[in-house]
Amino acid sequence: MDEKSLWEENMGSSVTRFAAGLLAVTGIALFAGVGPAQAQSSVKIGYALSRTGPNAGGAAVTTLPNYEMWVKEVNAAGGLKLGDKRVPIEIVQYDDRSSAEEAARALERLITQDKVDFILPPWGTGLNLAVGPILNKSGYPHLASTAVTDRAPELAKRWPNSFWLLGTSAGAANTLVDLLVKLRTEGKIGDTVAMVSVADGFGIDLSGAARPALTKANFKLAYDKTYPVGTQDLSPIVNEVKALNPDVFIAFSYPPDTLGLTEQARIAGFNPKIFYTGVGTAFPLFKQKFGANAQGVMGIGGWSGDSAPIKDYLARHKAASANGAEPDRWASAVTYASLQMLQQAIERVGKIDREAVIKDLQTGTFDTVIGKVKFENNLPTKYWWVGQWQDGEFYGVGPATNEGARAPIIPKPAWKAP
Amino acid sequence: MNRMRLAAALAGCAGLAVLALLPMYADAYYLALAIGLLQFTVLATAWGLFSGPTRYVSLATTAFFGVGAYTVAVLGELLPWPLVLLIATAIGALMAVIVGLSTLRLSGLHFVIFTFGLAELIRQLVIWYEVNKTRVLGRYVFVDITQKDIYWQLLVLAVAVFVIGWLIARSRLGFALRIIGEDETVAKHCGINVTIAKVTLFAISAVFMTLVGAIMAPRWTYIEPSIAFNATISFEVVIMALLGGAHRLWGPALGAIPLTLLFEFLAARFPTASTLIMGVIFLLIVYALPAGVVGLWDNFRRQWRPQRVEQGAGA
Repeated sequence: MDEKSLWEENMGSSVTRFAAGLLAVTGIALFAGVGPAQAQSSVKIGYALSRTGPNAGGAAVTTLPNYEMWVKEVNAAGGLKLGDKRVPIEIVQYDDRSSAEEAARALERLITQDKVDFILPPWGTGLNLAVGPILNKSGYPHLASTAVTDRAPELAKRWPNSFWLLGTSAGAANTLVDLLVKLRTEGKIGDTVAMVSVADGFGIDLSGAARPALTKANFKLAYDKTYPVGTQDLSPIVNEVKALNPDVFIAFSYPPDTLGLTEQARIAGFNPKIFYTGVGTAFPLFKQKFGANAQGVMGIGGWSGDSAPIKDYLARHKAASANGAEPDRWASAVTYASLQMLQQAIERVGKIDREAVIKDLQTGTFDTVIGKVKFENNLPTKYWWVGQWQDGEFYGVGPATNEGARAPIIPKPAWKAP
Repeated sequence: MNRMRLAAALAGCAGLAVLALLPMYADAYYLALAIGLLQFTVLATAWGLFSGPTRYVSLATTAFFGVGAYTVAVLGELLPWPLVLLIATAIGALMAVIVGLSTLRLSGLHFVIFTFGLAELIRQLVIWYEVNKTRVLGRYVFVDITQKDIYWQLLVLAVAVFVIGWLIARSRLGFALRIIGEDETVAKHCGINVTIAKVTLFAISAVFMTLVGAIMAPRWTYIEPSIAFNATISFEVVIMALLGGAHRLWGPALGAIPLTLLFEFLAARFPTASTLIMGVIFLLIVYALPAGVVGLWDNFRRQWRPQRVEQGAGA
């Protein structure tokens, strides 16, 4: 009997504790579930972004501010213009926790449970590919503005509802090599190149495309190594490369290593004629960290910094962000442009007709912050692949044939003491 | 008792038939949810298969899951599907035997840490291989497998894990493992080959995890190491099995089903705070239900039985 009552006491308390906890959680759930009544007529737009997990950083810089800014702007104007009336946008959003499985399920929830009218894509190559088949099967337009994949042309054919706005890694690498060839012909650089790449999707794809292109163009690849994601100490790489004294330094790097390599190069006084780094060079953070030392650094991305729509976009983005944050100079403007295209296609169709909107996206011409865009086989015809920091702005310098392309500053000016 | 068994078996068959027909009337979302439920039921049950009797807490789930997914990423477009699954089975088993032989001598905390490191080790090996040998990172899985096919395959796997678990519990192996769980030294003195018993069970459990990864891979189109070797899965599986109670075959499923539904509810209702609330719930489970739902059930039963005896004595 004693044993039993003792056990009952334990049991009782643990059950009570669990129940109390559960009750508290349910309470929060119910409380938070009571939202304001929804407007009657609205266009429901859904998205799942990585609010947590490894993708959260990228989504928070490039994707979310643009989605929020666009919705705010459209709704401030009264909403999307459907026929002769304006209908406000209503947002349904989820966290995909940077997981392909969660992203897939969140989109299925958006489609079958929330019955949203349109879906904005997740951030990053992997997640865009994970949701591709779902959006295709349900007939939603898929404007992938943060995915770089060499299979873009093939994917566009496989999923005619999908548009791959950021292009292929081969495009990025070949444009860079073309620019190097041009500069060598002009006698501005020699032909020794040192290349490092991060051992992850981005670095492997780009170095994989650049390697044969450089060899074909008769560049001497004096250094060609990879380093693991998250490498903290990059000074051995920089010192080794410095000893080889190359004309061109190429790093297909991720944001932390982009900052690390640049910092190490400055400390070591390694100042090649061309200093090119990968993802993160186009971030406003880069300019904040290096100030005047950013001058002449090249990197992936770029935009037409002199164009009026871009200047206007930059100003609006700063005003719309909570802390006056600037957009990055690569996928941000493209993301915003993709929203403008979606809006223009919807308004031209004049009703919620996804099939017609996809058709309009395939065939129409769009007026966006990155200029006039017309898809060919669901891919844009021009991209900014090489940018350079010039007087505090990250201008597009390659392809040189792009409208608004600036002439690159060669050689890169010497590092200054900070 | 026999009649009860028969009734349970019949109910089981009827339930299975309903589950098998589910894709016919569920929409894409409920099918996805059902896939999630089956995925975690199999993973948690497979985890409990090894960790329940031996009391080794393994965080290697994602290592095997990822290896399965990667097998499909590499071979999915080249070989017929059953062959791909067969190869995944072989790789999972082989890996489990190698890992088991080298680590199951470790005990307690050392084993936990090693298994956690294992997923990272394999992830790095895959990265190293892809970077230096194939020079592609990120593979595309374009195979002709629908969501319904994934569901049915997982359902078959779920039945298999329960049948095999039931058979093991009734075999000499199961008995040996229970003794090992109670006291490994005693087990050795009884003449049980402790290593073989543990490695065998570890391999069986790992094969199921590998197959879940292989079956799930076509859902994502694109596989890269960070997608395939997602450490969260390991932790989710452990917490599910702990909530359910790992010392019974059907215990982990009792944790996997409510928690998957709860995660889904939280993800839908609190898109920005779901991870936070999940953390609180994990704490609650460990704190309030150390023996899991099964423990609760066992305690209720224990309480109920003596009472009956007392009543009988009184009458």
